[in-house]
Amino acid sequence: MKMQIQTRLVVLGVLTAGLLFSAPQSEAIQLTGYPLEHAPINLTDTASLQRGARTFVNYCMGCHTLQYQRWSQLGKRLHLDHQALRELMFLQTKPTQMMTNAMPVQEATRWFGAAPPDLSVIVDQKGSNWVYTYLQSFYVDPSRPTGVNNAVFYRVAMPDPFWQTQGLQRIVYRRVRHNGYLVNQFVKFVPVTKGTLSPRAFRRQVGDLTNFLAMVSHPDELKRIHLGIWVIAFCVVFTILAYALKREYWKDVHRKHPHGK
Amino acid sequence: MSETRTLPTPSAGWGRRLLGWIDDRFPLTKLWKSQVSEYYAPINFNFWYFFGSLALLVLVNQIVTGIFLAMSYQPNTHLAFGSIQYIMRDVHWGWLIRYLHTTGASLFFVVIYLHMFRGLLYGSYKKPRELLWILGMLIYVCLMAEAFMGYLMPWGQMSYWGAVVITSLFGAIPWIGSHLVIWIRGDFGVSGATLNRFFALHVVAIPLLLVFLVLCHLMALHEVGSNNPDGIEIHDHLDENGKPVDGVPFHPYYTVKDLFGVGVFLVIFAIIVFYAPTLKGIFIDPINYKPANFLQTPPDIHPLWYFTPYYAILRSFPNKLFGVTAFMLAIVVLFFLPWIDRHPIKSVRYRAPFYRILLMAFAATFLFLGYIGMQPATLFWQKIGLRMAEIYFLFFVTAWTYAQSPTRRRLLVTFGVCLALILWIDWRFYLPSIASLIWWTLLIPLCYLVLFYLVPLLWPGGMRDRTVPTRVTLR
Repeated sequence: MKMQIQTRLVVLGVLTAGLLFSAPQSEAIQLTGYPLEHAPINLTDTASLQRGARTFVNYCMGCHTLQYQRWSQLGKRLHLDHQALRELMFLQTKPTQMMTNAMPVQEATRWFGAAPPDLSVIVDQKGSNWVYTYLQSFYVDPSRPTGVNNAVFYRVAMPDPFWQTQGLQRIVYRRVRHNGYLVNQFVKFVPVTKGTLSPRAFRRQVGDLTNFLAMVSHPDELKRIHLGIWVIAFCVVFTILAYALKREYWKDVHRKHPHGK
Repeated sequence: MSETRTLPTPSAGWGRRLLGWIDDRFPLTKLWKSQVSEYYAPINFNFWYFFGSLALLVLVNQIVTGIFLAMSYQPNTHLAFGSIQYIMRDVHWGWLIRYLHTTGASLFFVVIYLHMFRGLLYGSYKKPRELLWILGMLIYVCLMAEAFMGYLMPWGQMSYWGAVVITSLFGAIPWIGSHLVIWIRGDFGVSGATLNRFFALHVVAIPLLLVFLVLCHLMALHEVGSNNPDGIEIHDHLDENGKPVDGVPFHPYYTVKDLFGVGVFLVIFAIIVFYAPTLKGIFIDPINYKPANFLQTPPDIHPLWYFTPYYAILRSFPNKLFGVTAFMLAIVVLFFLPWIDRHPIKSVRYRAPFYRILLMAFAATFLFLGYIGMQPATLFWQKIGLRMAEIYFLFFVTAWTYAQSPTRRRLLVTFGVCLALILWIDWRFYLPSIASLIWWTLLIPLCYLVLFYLVPLLWPGGMRDRTVPTRVTLR
């Protein structure tokens, strides 16, 4: 595992070092006016959730954990048979275990400056739109140890996990005056290398991943939504009956009272 | 005793015989009659009178769901955050129990605030219900303590930093402050010791106190009788049997009516629990999904919505002692409401138009303060907060003035004194860099003062009360 990450870092470092001269506008900047994109969340789309799970296991799980998500519950939620679940959980031995990894927190803190956070409730914390946009907003920045910065998360310690599928990109921004302050306004991203996936396919990859993380944040949401209708319907019927009962009891009070209607 | 005792006859059913057996040993039927089935309540209760029984319902909800949460929750800094996730994922129906508890907490305050506003509307705090009001205020303060301590339980970022901020307020008390903070936290910072004691207080001490106070509140209510939207005592008009003419037995009339209220409330409750449990971050703060980290302060610390009006008052003063004093005073002043507003007419229905506007302005001020408390603590919001805080306190001054049918001279003098006090605060915290902000926001309390102290001079009719009917009215 450790080797894998270090190799990836070295590759990334070499790659971005080569881009130093071709990207004049690539110093670390704090952006304003970078809108979040709407994430395509659909918790009933099991295929999307399955693809998202695969992406998570392949791209994220080396560093990030889902320490509150159980493999077995994931399998049940995503309608995976034993074999399919086994293929996902190549690091663990028991389906009853949590989706953790082998990365030691102390070492990780040394490598990145901050330990990669657990992502069990990341969508609850940041919002799905944030996660969706963040994952697409890495850009080349040689001043950073990882060689990349992020338009959503300024000076993020995380390297770009999708530098292959998305391809590297650099940022174009302009300095404008806003409320008397000079700020950096985002203009566009310009591709530097071609990704292995088409832009559309890449957006789908990130969309599926975000969808998956949204599901992990509240695994019972679908159940909640389905149950809610029945509970509310029951309460409505109860209210109607209670109202009828109230009218029946109060009929004579209203009749008897001298000021009554 | 003999009148309530059911005499079992050989032919009576076993239920009746059991009741008779109990009544000989415990005043069950007597209590039921005196407190429920023969407790006469005014017939003209309106919408605002649902919230007392609803508060009781939410209290039961909090206790029942709280018991189940405590079965799986771990009051330990290493385990607390995870145990909540365990409840949400692995405990059967854990997510439902937790959402019922979190939503219930917020709705408890919704219900209590509406219940309190009902008291303001119809003068339910006035003689002879002063103690009833004070007991209610004690419940409110307990509820605030309960909610504050409960908020530490998830051990998220906002839990932790909220607790740090609020406990540090005690540090503003001169001389003993710093020692007091350590005594409250049980440590030099908010830590595991704090979490443990807050857990103990949250699940045992304060709920017991709350239930006891609620009981006292109900006993006091049943001693003096319920007020009503007309603010007339129904016991002044009794029929030949000595029962109030304008009253109905609480059971079955108000039990069935409250049942309807419960139904409507449950629909709203269920919609939130099932479809918007975090209510866009208002009922559950997104930052609290990040475990507490004492090395990293969140960009903006603010309490949940029900404390934000006071929070806005607290931080509108640049001086900590001033802020804490204003914050405490904002709550304490409510205790004295029965003696601040001693106007003989209870209900707002028969009070002068100016008083009605005043009360509406107070409700709006409270809501706006709540909104301000949710905004980031910029200079702008601080200053607006200061102005609204001034208006908050001006309500009590004005209610006090209005209660004594003021002369023109009295209005003018009060106007002058209030304005001088406001200008003194501005002078005390004057900053040349925000001079323009200070000056234009001064318009807010100035307009308020002009409206409630100078306009009545031009329109004396607006200060005239209406005649109170002798019997309650049904609308």
